[in-house]
Amino acid sequence: MPLPHFEYVAARTVGEALDLWRERPACAYFAGGTDLLPQMRLGRRAPATIIDIKGVGGLDRIRETEAGLVIGAAVPLAVIETDPVVRADFPLLAECARVVGARPLRNRATLVGNICNASPAADTAVALLVLDGLVRTVGADGARELPVNEFFTGPGRTLLRPGELVTEVVLPRAAVWRGSYLRLSRRRGMDLATVGVLVACSNGASPPRYRIALSAVAPVPLRVRDAEALLDAEGAGGAGGHGWAATIGRAAEIARASCSPITDMRGTAEYRRDMVGVLVARGAAALAQAWVW
Amino acid sequence: MVERAYARRTMSTTISLRVNGQDERHDVEPNQTLLAFLRDTLDLTGAKEGCNEGECGACMVLVDGRAVNSCLMLAVEADGREIITIEGIGDAEHLHPLQAAFLKHTAVQCGFCTPGMIMTAIGLLAENPDPDEAAVREAMAGSLCRCTGYRQILDAIHEAAGVMRVVPAVEFGMRGPAGPSGVAPGLMAPGSAEAAAGVKVLGLPEMAP
Repeated sequence: MPLPHFEYVAARTVGEALDLWRERPACAYFAGGTDLLPQMRLGRRAPATIIDIKGVGGLDRIRETEAGLVIGAAVPLAVIETDPVVRADFPLLAECARVVGARPLRNRATLVGNICNASPAADTAVALLVLDGLVRTVGADGARELPVNEFFTGPGRTLLRPGELVTEVVLPRAAVWRGSYLRLSRRRGMDLATVGVLVACSNGASPPRYRIALSAVAPVPLRVRDAEALLDAEGAGGAGGHGWAATIGRAAEIARASCSPITDMRGTAEYRRDMVGVLVARGAAALAQAWVW
Repeated sequence: MVERAYARRTMSTTISLRVNGQDERHDVEPNQTLLAFLRDTLDLTGAKEGCNEGECGACMVLVDGRAVNSCLMLAVEADGREIITIEGIGDAEHLHPLQAAFLKHTAVQCGFCTPGMIMTAIGLLAENPDPDEAAVREAMAGSLCRCTGYRQILDAIHEAAGVMRVVPAVEFGMRGPAGPSGVAPGLMAPGSAEAAAGVKVLGLPEMAP
């Protein structure tokens, strides 16, 4: 199906992008386009104006700042997943980025686009939730910094106001989080997650701290803070110790209870809920085995 | 909520780019994809329109050396870029090692996915000249073939990678245009297998999609 007609404009600065949005009708910001263009072909979105932000100075870079590692809105996922600093210090983000579509898609698709699309199944969202990422935006009311943990408000919905542009994502360097993204899909490559579970542990912190994030099992990607608190409390003496298996079982039960999956073509609600329990237990157990405290 | 489409706009933009080593300058519509530009404007019909949503990989081309789904890139975005299509890497007389290996391993049946497969593999081998089985499988995950069952394709890529590690890339890499309008001769005879596989037969009316 051909794309509907629209006007294409390329912004060179953030200010110009905001001006273009204000002056023109029914705008959409455009980076990789890998979500927007298919949605337009399906008639789900019909912007009259596409504002390309890839030429906006500075948005195509990953840079080190005092606040943490800053990833610009135009940086493609393929650059993020191969970036040596991301791989060393934020390995969970590299791991989650690598399962979005296939490599050629990730040569175009961006991290910021993935979270602005706000799919409940957004793979990079769970990494950003665990990493306490911050979303920097600029809009008519000025600049804002929004925690990723508050950013998602529903399927396809975020805290963003009309015309507000996400310029970058900040990854604070509080700790190095390690773990694994356990993801079930109908086929291994190139499919949206049916269930995604990220279980992570902070390296070097004493006592160790745990984080759990879920995708595709609720209207938004979410953290399971009660289960995290349980693991933090019981794991203080060293994971893998006496009673740890029972603790993991309780954490998995909390995660099961805290999700609210739906039934769709990828799986039933019951299956998804059961798999949340299985994967949280599996992820937490794997952490205990992989780490020497 | 769906924004309402505004009045039809036909403001075209002029883009300058290099395609298969040849400078091109053309007017494009905002809603024209890079794929449509290559096929309809330049008659480079090797890249195919399969799914139109980045799932199948039949439209794969190299943009500044990286494999990209050309159905998900606008032609206006290609301004100032270097594009390589299947027509730019070899022809019937001078096969690229990947093309030769695909033939040797019978990695081609209907042929529809083949240009995309080869361009995706070129993108992979440019980054990782010695990929293991897992790396090849991961890199090719976004390229679908409904005929071969993939084993022949994977074998062909492994063999071509071996050839390309030994033979300097310059000996076969990125040929310039081989014929008028950049179409390599001998590859698009009307009524040929390529035509049956969805190639636009030049000089005939375009079939309705």
